[in-house]
Amino acid sequence: MAMPFSTEDLSVYYGEYQAIKNISLGFPAKTVTALIGPSGCGKSTFLRSLNRMNDEIAGARSTGHIWMDGIDLASPSTDVIKLRQRIGMVWQRPNPFYKSIYENIAFGPRYYGIKNRKKLDEIVETSLRRAALWDEVKDRLKESALSLSGGQQQRLCIARALSVNPQILLLDEPASALDPVSTGKVEELISELKSDLRIVIVTHNMQQAARVSDYTAYFYLGNLVEHGETNKIFTNPEKNSTQEYIMGRFG
Amino acid sequence: MTTKTVNTKARTRARNADKIATVIIVALALSIVVILIGLLGFILFRGLGHISWDFLTSKPQTIREGGGIGPPLFNSLYLLVLTMIITIPLGLGGGIYMSEYAKPGKITGFIRLVVEVLSSFPSIVIGLFGLLVFVNTMGMGFSLLAGALALTIFNLPLMVRITEQAFASVPREQKEAGLALGLSKWKIITSIMLPVAIPSLVTGTILAAGRVFGEAAALLFTSGMTTPPLNFSDWNPLHPRSPLNPLRPAETLATHIWKVNSEGLAPDAIQIAAGASAVLVIMVLIFNLLARWGGRTLYRYMTASKRMN
Ligand SMILES: Nc1ncnc2c1ncn2[C@@H]1O[C@H](COP(=O)(O)OP(=O)(O)O)[C@@H](O)[C@H]1O
Ligand SMILES: [Mg+2]
Repeated sequence: MAMPFSTEDLSVYYGEYQAIKNISLGFPAKTVTALIGPSGCGKSTFLRSLNRMNDEIAGARSTGHIWMDGIDLASPSTDVIKLRQRIGMVWQRPNPFYKSIYENIAFGPRYYGIKNRKKLDEIVETSLRRAALWDEVKDRLKESALSLSGGQQQRLCIARALSVNPQILLLDEPASALDPVSTGKVEELISELKSDLRIVIVTHNMQQAARVSDYTAYFYLGNLVEHGETNKIFTNPEKNSTQEYIMGRFG
Repeated sequence: MTTKTVNTKARTRARNADKIATVIIVALALSIVVILIGLLGFILFRGLGHISWDFLTSKPQTIREGGGIGPPLFNSLYLLVLTMIITIPLGLGGGIYMSEYAKPGKITGFIRLVVEVLSSFPSIVIGLFGLLVFVNTMGMGFSLLAGALALTIFNLPLMVRITEQAFASVPREQKEAGLALGLSKWKIITSIMLPVAIPSLVTGTILAAGRVFGEAAALLFTSGMTTPPLNFSDWNPLHPRSPLNPLRPAETLATHIWKVNSEGLAPDAIQIAAGASAVLVIMVLIFNLLARWGGRTLYRYMTASKRMN
């Protein structure tokens, strides 16, 4: 019984070094899954392999499967470009395009063939609204995205990812470079977005994982040590090492 | 106790060395500035008095007084345009290939070596090569086209390097953002990276243009040292008398200065060379100012930002 989005025996190598070891992990619809674990345990690598961004790294390769609606995304014959349209990604450091706020959002949809100005305006507005940024920027859409604050830039990046209507959103420590207020906004946003998306978030912040996620996966040295409902992982984990890591991070 | 004194001594010595080095570097930098300003001042002082509208627009004279630099000035600008029309696409293509497509390896290393060797070639050698290949073998004769091709060889390595560096300095996160949106590599290069790279591209290109504008050695044997009588009301590039005809010979400002200085017969040859030099220097200065201003303006336009950074 494969879930609509899951990995099966996924391994990732950088040259000879195996950064991800045979991980099988499912992501149910309308949920947030948090990936936690010490630095260098492979969280980012795992996340990047889900939309095949690792393909871009020289020397990186992977084995195993990534299932999405019965299609193996890891197969070489899969159209990477189409796949990436369905899986959005946001990084730790906001990376808006060096373009206007409007252009940042309209760029993707226009690339995928929407030329109608009214339709584009509409997409820009809905994407910005979904990212809880519309009210702050609606009067300055023509200004450079770089004129926004860090927190706003990050929400703009989320809006940009949403603009092409992905089914999955991958977030790699999206709030760790932000101030507490912006962090709060991004967390709120995640909780709202999960009603129509699957979200996978890497975080170093245990409170954050506890607040926003439904499921938590604990990684250690490229292994998936434990995976389950966030409540259970945080209150009554099965493995000692999970408990130690979480307690250590909370302390 | 002893380690402490040693430490203090070492620190004093280091501080002294630091001071001496600073003084030397500042002195060197200052002398460069003084030499530059002196040179510029000298050329402008000698030449400015000779520049007039008439001087800038009238024809050169061989033996009589009162010759101008109209046609050479036009030739210099036109040759520059021709050269850039050939160089920019080739340089952009090569630079983008080197920065975005070529995998590091033997072939890339070899191309880089060739580019480097080519850019350190003396321009007179390129001129002779042009004479052999474009003028004689390919039968172009002394012509603007042969000159433009020689200047392309002269300039291409620089353009490739400028482009490669401009693209390499675009933050990697920009590319990643494009990839994650599902954009094709080509789309990312043309629509995401190019606008970010534009300021350094424009600046570099205009500086390269300044270098081309002042070049004489590569042109002596390619575009030649004469200009046929031109009809400045005929702009059909196919007509032999048209200024735009790329197959006619053309002396440029720089070759004109060289010619007047070495074999000028007119009694005012020295003043003409001085005036033409001043014009050349002013043009190159304008290129430099344009390079700074143009890059910034385009950046603002392409990235919708109000100010740099
Ligand atoms: N581009 C790369 N090339 C080689 N090794 C890498 C690369 N990226 C990550 N690694 C290695 O893979 C392991 C996992 O890294 P990463 O996925 O970034 O961990 P995390 O995000 O959990 O901190 C680390 O040992 C890291 O050194
Ligand atoms: Mg990471």
